[in-house]
Amino acid sequence: MSNEQIKNLEEIFEARIARDEKIEPKDWMPEKYRKTHIRQMSQHAHSEIIGMLPEGNWITRAPSLRRKAALLAKVQDEAGHGLYLYSACETLGVSRDELYEQLHTGKAKYSSIFNYPTVTWADMGAIGWLVDGAAIINQVPLCNTSFGPYARAMVRVCKEESFHQRQGFEIMLKLCNGTQEQKDMAQDALNRWWWPSLMMLGPTDAESIHTEQSMKWKLKRKSNDDLRQQFIDQTVPQAELLGLTIPDPDLKWNDEKGVYDFGEIDWDEFWQVVKGHGPCNKKRMKDRVSAWDNGKWVRDAAMAHAEKKEAKKLKEAI
Amino acid sequence: MKNQNLYNYIISIADNSLILAQRLGELCGHGPTLETDIAGTNISLDLIGQTRNYYQYAAKIQGEGKTEDDLAFLRLEREYKNVLLVEQPNDHFGYVMGRQYLFDVFHLLFMTEMLNSKDETLAAIAKKGIKEVSYHKRFSGDWIKRLGDGTEESNAKMQEAIDDLWVYTDELFDITEADAAMISEGIGVDTSKFKELYYTEILALLTEANLTIPESKYFTRGGKKGIHSEHMGYILSDLQYMQRTYPNMEW
Amino acid sequence: MSKNWPLWEIFVRSKNGLEHRHFGSLHASDAEMALENARDVYTRRSEGVSIWVVESSNITASNPENNGELFEPAQDKVYRHPTFYDLPDEVKHM
Repeated sequence: MSNEQIKNLEEIFEARIARDEKIEPKDWMPEKYRKTHIRQMSQHAHSEIIGMLPEGNWITRAPSLRRKAALLAKVQDEAGHGLYLYSACETLGVSRDELYEQLHTGKAKYSSIFNYPTVTWADMGAIGWLVDGAAIINQVPLCNTSFGPYARAMVRVCKEESFHQRQGFEIMLKLCNGTQEQKDMAQDALNRWWWPSLMMLGPTDAESIHTEQSMKWKLKRKSNDDLRQQFIDQTVPQAELLGLTIPDPDLKWNDEKGVYDFGEIDWDEFWQVVKGHGPCNKKRMKDRVSAWDNGKWVRDAAMAHAEKKEAKKLKEAI
Repeated sequence: MKNQNLYNYIISIADNSLILAQRLGELCGHGPTLETDIAGTNISLDLIGQTRNYYQYAAKIQGEGKTEDDLAFLRLEREYKNVLLVEQPNDHFGYVMGRQYLFDVFHLLFMTEMLNSKDETLAAIAKKGIKEVSYHKRFSGDWIKRLGDGTEESNAKMQEAIDDLWVYTDELFDITEADAAMISEGIGVDTSKFKELYYTEILALLTEANLTIPESKYFTRGGKKGIHSEHMGYILSDLQYMQRTYPNMEW
Repeated sequence: MSKNWPLWEIFVRSKNGLEHRHFGSLHASDAEMALENARDVYTRRSEGVSIWVVESSNITASNPENNGELFEPAQDKVYRHPTFYDLPDEVKHM
């Protein structure tokens, strides 16, 4: 194809997206669109399955049967969401095994928030309330993104995730209505998860490299800073309801702008964790890789069994 | 307590589901594929649902105003009456499926009998549970066939698990004092009725899976009397961690 | 070199009276496992009463490059639609 022809196709393609038409896997698409989507969807999928680990850490220690069931169901959903998103990637011709390979060798990234440790039960509350809260802000607009399989996966993810944030907030509420020890536990969790949750919405707009193109393709509907502001504005009143203090001395309502002003985010910490030096990066990766390696004989056995069964069926047919 | 035997009886059934669910809960996120993680969690959730029904009922019979959580979380190790089989560790996926299958076959036969219990609550729990447990058995049985038949390595690993877990199967059929009392009242399940069927069914599946039944006739028992393996203390220290560290709080 | 579990497409009937609808995909070593996995992955919130699984490689899809010849010729056949026919307002229920 000549450059001119490609340029022509690209124009038609961009116009389709601008008209809110969906792009389906077999449609012609610019190579960059394909690559960007594989990258974003797989990062999203990786985040779901790495995200199972810090919460999975508390399944055996959940304080009641009701909480245990809810937490199990939540972590299970995360496995499901990872699966939906890997499937969406696979429509673009890259296999789940290839994507795992990228994750396990450190080539692919996942959300940095999961590199922080879950040290108390209140962290299950804080993750549901703050981390899922921030994730939802990011995800809801994606239900309408331009790539059909991604949009469909996100519709299912968002529908199922609506209970996640509620179960987190309910855990916090129970703690905040409990004993002093429980309140302290809740405050401590908020102190530790607040700033990482703000960082989770991505670098500031000035430093964000992909934003403009992503906006065009509806991979992103709002800038990182706008999303962060939205998250803060909706979360502060919830913290007040809980009777908790947001760990930011500069947090103040700005009457003029109608939003909360907030303090400086420690971006050095953010980049340190992104670059692999957070408190749990190594542990998460080790757990993930060992699950995969230890499962190899199981996956191989299932495949070998299926092939033998098929061969037997063929033989019987002859 | 007027109904001490009934209480003891329910507790021992409930503890089987609880401890097995706890073991499965350790695995979420660590399985061989996403699909198996999701499936294992479903089984664990079914079992937790069953335990909640049992403990709620046991607490009612006890009549001391205790909750399902008091019973699930706040007993001494000796007061847990689950069989040793369900507390065995997740050494590898072969152990997980082996433990599951050896329990599932028993569990389904047990539930099927419990359907006829004179106790309406237990019969109702069985009615719901049978559907869940039938699926568990299908799932674990299919996996044993895959692993037994699959590769040389998987056959060896599956056989290793069966060999190690086999010694815990006989205890499933032990009849405690409470069991005997409940059987005579038409409430409890007479497990001796289906012991032969249990082993016949398992032999058939293992044979199909190119696996053999260990020749040893020595069995290990104790859980039903509250004398557990060394694993149990660790299971309980996880399970009870919050309730023991922060007594008398709501979560 | 070990072989990966193939990909399967999952179709679920939400309730009797409705058609099976494409729900998504998953990996499984054979059809039985695909059914079991589909049950656990796609119907854990009571989304279905019946499941079909089809190995993805068995699906033949039309090529969007041929969309012109495949689908556009139908666009001007407006006489296939009831609104094409003019009837006086007095004629009800037709």
